[in-house]
Amino acid sequence: MATVQVSEAEKVYILHGVRDDLRVDGRGCEDYRHMEIETDVVSNTDGSAKVSLGHTDVLVGVKAEIGKPRPMVPHEGYLEFFVDCSANATPEFEGRGGDELGVELSNTLYKVFNNRSSIDLKSLCISPGEHCWVLYVDVLLLQCDGNLFDAISVAIKAALFNTKIPKVHLSENEEGGKEIELSDDPYDCMRLNVENVPCIVTLCKVGYRHVVDATLQEKACSVASLIISVTHKGTITCVRKVGGGSLDPESIFETTETGKRVGKALHAPLMELLQKEENLGKKRPKVGFLG
Amino acid sequence: MAADMRLPTTRKQVSLSNSLSALDGKDLVVPGDVITSDTGFMRGHGTYLDEEKLTASVAGEVERVNKLICVRPLKTRFNGEVGDVVVGRITEVQQKRWKVETNSRLDSVLLLSSVNLPGGELRRRSAEDELTMRDYLQEGDLISAEVQSVFSDGALSLHTRSLKYGKLGQGVLVQLSPSLIKRQKTHFHNLPCGTSIILGNNGFVWLYPTPGQQDEEAGGYYTSLEPVSLSDREVISRLRNCLLALAAHKVLLYDTSVLYCYESSLPHQIKDILKPEVMEEIVMVTRQKLVEQEG
Repeated sequence: MATVQVSEAEKVYILHGVRDDLRVDGRGCEDYRHMEIETDVVSNTDGSAKVSLGHTDVLVGVKAEIGKPRPMVPHEGYLEFFVDCSANATPEFEGRGGDELGVELSNTLYKVFNNRSSIDLKSLCISPGEHCWVLYVDVLLLQCDGNLFDAISVAIKAALFNTKIPKVHLSENEEGGKEIELSDDPYDCMRLNVENVPCIVTLCKVGYRHVVDATLQEKACSVASLIISVTHKGTITCVRKVGGGSLDPESIFETTETGKRVGKALHAPLMELLQKEENLGKKRPKVGFLG
Repeated sequence: MAADMRLPTTRKQVSLSNSLSALDGKDLVVPGDVITSDTGFMRGHGTYLDEEKLTASVAGEVERVNKLICVRPLKTRFNGEVGDVVVGRITEVQQKRWKVETNSRLDSVLLLSSVNLPGGELRRRSAEDELTMRDYLQEGDLISAEVQSVFSDGALSLHTRSLKYGKLGQGVLVQLSPSLIKRQKTHFHNLPCGTSIILGNNGFVWLYPTPGQQDEEAGGYYTSLEPVSLSDREVISRLRNCLLALAAHKVLLYDTSVLYCYESSLPHQIKDILKPEVMEEIVMVTRQKLVEQEG
């Protein structure tokens, strides 16, 4: 993770600010920085989204390909995750520097998103045991300014919402084999139901309190953080602790309650925004990377 | 608890005709612009010869000294000059010197012989002082300093031999572009809103609560870790967001512009200042006030 140096006095200032519920940028402990979301930014993917949260910038592309279902679950498709930490984000990622973080992020994303309670994996099945859709979710970090998990999860949800998988027709040929025919019409496509896709909320323990959407400076003052994925109903689907410090059970309980509340509130405006963008149709101004 | 989500807005096209009057006949070029096809000129920084024509290789302002033509880039790292006030962060403690990050191309140095140690100016620096250098300044600490000299490779040598310079205590650092800082007589200001500000020439701006009684004995190496009052924090946070708003709209930073921006941001909540539409409004009001004050 990109790190910044913070002097002792600055740390004290940040700690006292969090205690008083007034962070350096004027936010309270449970406020997010403002988020900008744009979908359909990469034309050669089936679904894509770009999210910027403060100066954190992530790009997510979803590519659907036909593959073989896993033997244990022949009726389901699956998702693959890959996180690329580009050296654009921070010079630390140069060479193999970003690999460790990339693997850590993609493992967490795999746990959070690739299960049948978040996405209807059965809808990705084409013919049981033989063919299914595999969704390759590629995440590219363009800029790091703290709180990667939350930004990535929102971007993935937006990209999955945006994903258009072409409809397929199965037909039998003369020898009795199956033939897959892809629909040529770009509007004849299948959309994913993203209602149950969770969002991740990262809560950093700073002093005796916890903050959401920590900046790099705040992150430098915290010893441990809790990553919680929450669905729109407020169900917690995954909890992970990162960082070397320890948390006492009471504060974990408190933190998960906050995470649940914040995570639940994240979904409604996101879905509203995605729906709004969808309804704009062709009138939508394309901003892309120049905005 | 609030999550503000929005669609991105397209960047507005700025028509040059409006802002031409503000340029005062300054020659602005972008990479590839032909500056002159006259061969009688010398090629300086930021230019190259393309088919006998002198062409700009960076975006910036053309500077002419007799026969020499340079382009001074607008987006650049800090090019220090003697006497500049800088805010920097210690990155390394070495033999008789500290390495300081000052947003310039090379790390700056602060020599042990060019700091004021506790106990007055005439104190001799012993070998013991060399061993306890980390007690004065350690990695990560922020300092304010002045550029003492510039080495031949462009690295800066700093000094803190005045009570106004030295280690910085509690406060907030804002990192901006050095081109946005207006050169002035003084870069230390006590703003009437109850906060002090150091506008470093290197684009690092330090916001801190106005200190009460200065303790001369400590020579600037004592940092108070007492909690800062909530009202001071609010002012500092507001100023921080104002600075970012001004920087986003490329307004030159000096005490008046910062203060006007602070005043025009008062109707809004601190955390709302960074929203694009609020930012635009505040900066517009600030610009208006600055024009009125000048005219």
